This record gives sequence, C-alpha cells and structure tokens, in this order.
Amino acid sequence: MKKRENTARETNVTAGGMKRRSFVRILGGGIVLFFQPWGALDLLALPAEQQRTLTKDYNAFLHIAEDGTVTCFTGKIEMGQGIITSLAMMMADELNVPLEKVKMVLGDTDLCPYDMGTWGSLTTRAFGPAMRAAAAEARAVLTEMASAKLGVSVSQLEVRDGIITDVRNPSKSVSYAELAKGKKLEKYLDVKPTVEDYKKFTYVGTSYKHSDAYDKVTGKAKYAGDLKLPGMLFARILRPPSHGAKLVSADVTGAEKIEGVQVVRDGDFIAVLSESRDKVDLAIIQVIDQYSFDEMQISDKTLFDYMNKGIYRTNVIASSGDPEAAAVKCDKVFENEYHDPYLAHTAIETHSALARFEGDKLTVWASTQTPFGLQDGLVRELGLTRENVRVITPFLGGGFGGKAAYNQGIEAAKLAKMTGKPVMVVWTRDEEFFYDTFHPAGIVKIKSAIDSKGLIKAWDYNVYLSGTRGSETIYNVPDAKTTSHSEDRSKYRVHPFGTGAWRAPNNNFNTFARETQIDIMAAAAGIDPLEFRLMNLTDEKMKACLKTAAEKFGYVAGKGPSGRGIGIACGTDAGTWVAEIAEVKVTRSTGKVRIMRVVAVQDMGLCVNPQGARIQMEGCVTMALGYTLTEEVRFDGGDIHDRNFDTYDIPRFSWLPKIECYIMDRKDQAPQGGGEPAIIAVGAAVGNAIFDGTGARLFMMPFTPARVLEAINKVKE
Amino acid sequence: MEQTIRFRLNNRDTELVTDPNQLLLWVLRNHFGLTGTKFGCGIGFCGACTVLIDNEAVRSCTLPVSEVAGKSVVTIEGLETEGKLHPVQQAFIDHDAMQCGYCTPGMILTAVAFLGKNPTPTRDEIITGMEDNLCRCGAHMHIIDAIEDAGKVMKGGK
Repeated sequence: MKKRENTARETNVTAGGMKRRSFVRILGGGIVLFFQPWGALDLLALPAEQQRTLTKDYNAFLHIAEDGTVTCFTGKIEMGQGIITSLAMMMADELNVPLEKVKMVLGDTDLCPYDMGTWGSLTTRAFGPAMRAAAAEARAVLTEMASAKLGVSVSQLEVRDGIITDVRNPSKSVSYAELAKGKKLEKYLDVKPTVEDYKKFTYVGTSYKHSDAYDKVTGKAKYAGDLKLPGMLFARILRPPSHGAKLVSADVTGAEKIEGVQVVRDGDFIAVLSESRDKVDLAIIQVIDQYSFDEMQISDKTLFDYMNKGIYRTNVIASSGDPEAAAVKCDKVFENEYHDPYLAHTAIETHSALARFEGDKLTVWASTQTPFGLQDGLVRELGLTRENVRVITPFLGGGFGGKAAYNQGIEAAKLAKMTGKPVMVVWTRDEEFFYDTFHPAGIVKIKSAIDSKGLIKAWDYNVYLSGTRGSETIYNVPDAKTTSHSEDRSKYRVHPFGTGAWRAPNNNFNTFARETQIDIMAAAAGIDPLEFRLMNLTDEKMKACLKTAAEKFGYVAGKGPSGRGIGIACGTDAGTWVAEIAEVKVTRSTGKVRIMRVVAVQDMGLCVNPQGARIQMEGCVTMALGYTLTEEVRFDGGDIHDRNFDTYDIPRFSWLPKIECYIMDRKDQAPQGGGEPAIIAVGAAVGNAIFDGTGARLFMMPFTPARVLEAINKVKE
Repeated sequence: MEQTIRFRLNNRDTELVTDPNQLLLWVLRNHFGLTGTKFGCGIGFCGACTVLIDNEAVRSCTLPVSEVAGKSVVTIEGLETEGKLHPVQQAFIDHDAMQCGYCTPGMILTAVAFLGKNPTPTRDEIITGMEDNLCRCGAHMHIIDAIEDAGKVMKGGK
C-alpha cells in the first residue's frame, strides 16, 4: 500500500472537483450555475478522506444549452434504482421545461459535481432538494433576463415548457434557448432550498416508466465490461485460495508459453493479460502457486461462540432512564439473543473496470457506486494528481452496497500502467464472492419487560458487530437503552474478510431482532401483535402505516400463535416508515417455509415517481426473500465456501409471494428514501408469521428448513 | 488449432477463424461486439448470457463456439425486425420489467424461446419456464406480467 500523499494537491480544485475554467471549456457556451451544499449529511459514516472533501465539494450543477436542452449533472450513478428518470422529472418540474428536454449525465468525475457515493437512499432526499433549488434559481435568473429583453416586469412573466411569456400580452415571449444563446452566467446560491408546492408540479408525483428501458431491452445499454478500446487487454489476476493466505512462490512459465499471453508481476500482484478473454482464463490456471496459511480459527459454525468471547468498542447510542431497575418492577421479563450471518451482494454484473492511460492522464470506466471514491483511490494507489484521474461510470448491473468497493478499478489502472495498454478487468463470479464486502454477521441481545397491561417498561438493546442502522427503539419505552459493540481489531479480530454495507445496512437484522422481541412479548401478554404494537407506539406515522397495512391485508386480530401463519413487523429506514404483514405456509414435516403474501406500506413523504417507488418496494420485498429464507455465506477460516450461484441461493421466480405495495399519500412532506426501506421488515414479519403458524420461534435468519424444523421440534418438547 | 466456424448470426451468414474451444459468450462479445449478451456467473447458473440457438435458449458462457457451426444464433441485438421491437421486448418496456437491466437480455431471450414452445402459458408455466434466470434487483413480478402480455400479443398474430 502506498502512503496517502494527496492532501496538499487539492488547492487547485474548485468546489466542483475540477478547475472552473475546464468546466466551462467542456460545456461550451450557455448558462453555468453552481450551487452550494444545503446541509450536512451523514458524515460520520464516511471514510476520513471523503469527510475531508465532502463539505467543500458536495455540489451539483446544471447546464442550459443553446438549443434549450437541459443537462443535469450528478455524481450519483444509475444501478437500477431509476434516478435517471426521477431526477430528470424533478429538474423538469423545477425549471419548467418539457421532460424530454432534460438529459442526464451521471457519475463522471470530470463533468459532475463531487458526490460521496450512491447509497443510503440519499439521491432523492439529499441530492434532490439541492438540485431542485438550483433549478429554481436558474429559472429566476432566466426570468430576470427575459424581463430585461421584453421590457416587462418579472411579476408579469410566466414560464411554461421553457418559454417565458408576458401574461398580459402572450405574443411577447422568449425561450430559455434564446436567452441562453451566446451568454454565459455564473451565480452561487446561498438560499436554502425549500420543497415547492407539489400542486405546481407536472411530472413529480406522476408515474413514469424507466427512461432507459429501450436501451436495456435492446442490449444497447453499456455497462463497464461492455466497453472496448483499440489494443485493449483482458486481465486475470492471481488470487489466493483464502483470506489470510500469503503467496510463497509462483511459477508463471506455463502461462507465458501460451501465445498472445503476457504475464506481469509486482510482488504478490501477478496478472496474465491477452487480447483474448479465453486465453487469460486458460493462462491463469497454468500458474503454479504456493501459499503459507495464517488463517483465523473461525467458521460459520463456530462464529457466534467466537463472537460472544470478544472484547469490543462500546458506544451507547441512546439512553433514557434505567432499564435494569425498571425491569425489576415488571411482571414479565424477556431476555433473548439473536444471530445474523454474513450475506453476499451478488449483483448479476460482477465488478468490472476498463483503464486507459494517455500520457499522465488516466481514465477508468468502472462499475462502482463511488466514482469519486475510486478517483481518490486511484490518486492514492497510483500516486497521480486528481486532475489527471477521470472516472466514468456507465450503467451498473446492480450494486446493493457491494459496489461501494472499487478495487477492480485500481487493479485495472495498475495493469494499464504496467502494460502501457488499456486493460479490462472483469471479476469472475468466484472473485466476486471472494472479494465481496459481505454484510457483517452479528449478534443482538435484548432484555425487555412489560407490565401487567402489556406496556413495555424496560428495553435494553445491544447490537454486536453488524451495525447500528435501525437499532433505536421505535416504541414508547420510558426506560430504554441502545448500545453498540463494534470490532476493535487491535483487541479482538472477528471478521476474517471484508465487510460493508448491504442494502439497508443491518437494518434487516435490527428490525428482525426488535420485532421478534416485540412479538414474543405480545404473545406472552396474550395480546394481538398489531394491537400490542399500536398500544406501545406514539409515533403517529408508524401507527398509520401499521393500520393501513392491516386494512390492506384484511387483518383480523388474534393472539399468537393463532395457527394462521400471519406475521407483522415495522420499522424506519432512510427517513421512511415501513410496515409489513406476511403470510406463510410451513410444512411441519420438513420445515420448509413458503411465503404466500406480503403487504408492504411505506410513508416516504412526497413520492417523486410513484411507479418507480413501488418498483423499488417490490424489489426490496423480493430481494428480502433471500436473506429471509436461504442466504448465508459459509466459510472456514479465510476460505469462502460459497463462490457461485450453485450453492448461494438467491430469490427465484417460484419463490414470489403475492406482493402488494402501498405508498402513503404525503405530498406535503419532504421526500425520503425509497431504495432500501421496504427490505427491512420482511424477515421479521416472516419469522413472526412462522411463529403464528406453528408456535416455533426463530432467533436466526435465514429460516432454512433445518432451523425451522429444529424450532418446531422444540415446541413439541 | 484454429478452425473456420460458419454459422448464422442474427439472421446473416457469418464465419470466423478461431480456436474452436473459445466460448460463444466471448466470441459474441469480443469478436462481434454483441455486448448485450452478458457475463454473470460463468457456469450457466444465472442466465445473463442466454442466446437463441435454432430457437432454443442456450447459455453461451459454457458453450464452445464450435457447437454453433451450421446453426442459427440470435442475440438480443438481433431480435428487432425492420426497426420494430419483438413483442417480448416491447412488453418489457410496457411493464417496466427491469431495474438495472443486466439480466434483461437473457430474460427476454429465454422468454422468446419459451413462448415459441408454449404460446399460451399459464402464470405458473411462465414461472417454471423462467425459474433458472436470476435477477437480483427483484423485477420478477413485472417480468412475469410482461411475458404473459407478450404471449397474448404474439398469439394475436403480432
């Protein structure tokens, strides 16, 4: 690893992550508008280097060309979440131009404003308002220009479809295109954006289909691995058999003998390259490599015992009153431990990147959720200046948090430097599993208590190792405490491999643990689980979502286990409230769970594109079937056993329940996240449904037949 | 040892001189530039690399190119006829049946082959027919709707 040596070089760079002059040159004439960040984001979760640049560089800008085309630049990327459509809708509405006039440029570090990464369901709720404020300002600037040109006061002008008209004399009008022609105007905004009245919107709030659909059904949509440059070499890199294995020796003569194959080496970094992909696949297995092993003594079978012996960094996230003392006074006290395994992201597109040097200038086309993060990484790892590194992000074939990691881009760039040719790195599925930053396994321990009326009086929540998102108590408990216990590698190392954010990072597990504990208490109190939640909640939005879900489901009250197989769960994520009800059928003899129906309701504030948002909800529920029923990474030491779809089972067509998604009508509220929330409560709702159907309680996901059978047998005992 | 392989590709006769063991996937992508055929898993489990060979849906990531000699290969790029989308492509647009779009070509070609054999499928038959194509985004519901709809359109004589 090279030292970080880039800190002093930033002074050349303006707020947009590039020199102002070069920005103007790239775009030619027209109005250029910069605007300032509107507020702090979740900075704490970011690596130091991104914190350093975020407040200064987090901007977005737009461009109005002479022909009236509006180009919207965003450092966000499109990975299927549909922002290429929804951001254009917001831009069109705020600027008041036809939607078809808006063009999107995404994830290009030379053209787009700095962005920390596309994750956390932040595009609409964080980037959106900033972009809309810029559009509103652009409209004001153009209206002032029209006023001067037409000799009509601003108050007498109206904008429609990019044409500014005198309302008293409609024959007097001028278009954005005419105003922009030959003029350049720069303006910084310091006005804090506010949400416009939705009633004025033409596009926002109306359903639009994916604007990139045509390209995606015809094969025209380009992903990083689809690109080709003259002289381009494909690369395969020698990989260790397990995490913790160190290369002792490598004999590459067999690979070198293959015609048209080049072998390069820099220490342990050994790669074979060829213009033929088949040849590199053949060559890499000709390398005779030997390793020494210093692996952790831990496997998926011993994981939780190992975790329970650890020493961790403890952080109290929330605390009120004294849950320990409060529990003593209660009728019923509940203490449970919940487990969650490692999960793989498995986007169908593997990490891919193409790198090219032209002199000192490096361009990397990469499938990454963090084009600017990769740019920083390239600067750091290859010792380049930021101005000389451009990252371009074509369409992503799925991300789900896994493509926040960008090492394939670094590898491609190193190899391009070593060979002097453009190099394409496309990870195999095996590499994708091996180097995936898995959702971290973890433990949650909850001690809680209820009084004789079924009111929760004490809540002590401890989450170990897997993340705090969604760990706060959503219920009204006077004495409650939430504590995080995270890995301190200097004292006790746990994860033998990379871990990172998986769609709604760890909220799935926190919601599973909390909502199972709630269900256990409801059953012990002899109270219907919906009623129990409603009586212990004061959050009106959460209650409204639960009531709506119950209504849409046709929920009939009954205390669990009712034998029906219906389970409820709720929670919050990315500013959005979610309630879900699941219905299951459990085959008692085998433990096999079939999810029959899922009703999902969310309150996400103003919904920009209802069709797109519903599709995201459905996608969340469908993806959730995997972590709920089958997905867990099996490993032994640093050896990952699941390396492809033959053993790692992700949701298939036949698993689909009837999925019904509803979005609360909250047009008066600021928009919130939509890419992740609906995934959080499916596991919990299904677990509670299994209990409702069988009386068997599960404390670990996924609910494999073996685990369900074991739980059923415990009930029999 | 290189060989000359002759076959029909997207309704045109073609030939190339190549190692006959080269996989069809890489030939299509790297020799012919037909990058709509995607690499996903490399072992035929995900279906992203699906192409039509003599109207059958086949996984190109495990198939040596020599296997297509004398046969007709259709990729997603060859599905449009005279500038008109195939009914399955159109139905995928109409039903918003994709998110990231990476599995989409394989899904569409699998559906085309499936509807060729079973023009009037039930929903359960569609599910069985598509079962081995993986989508991680969770576009499944819309894909089933699209195929059901495309079947009706095709039955009506396009």
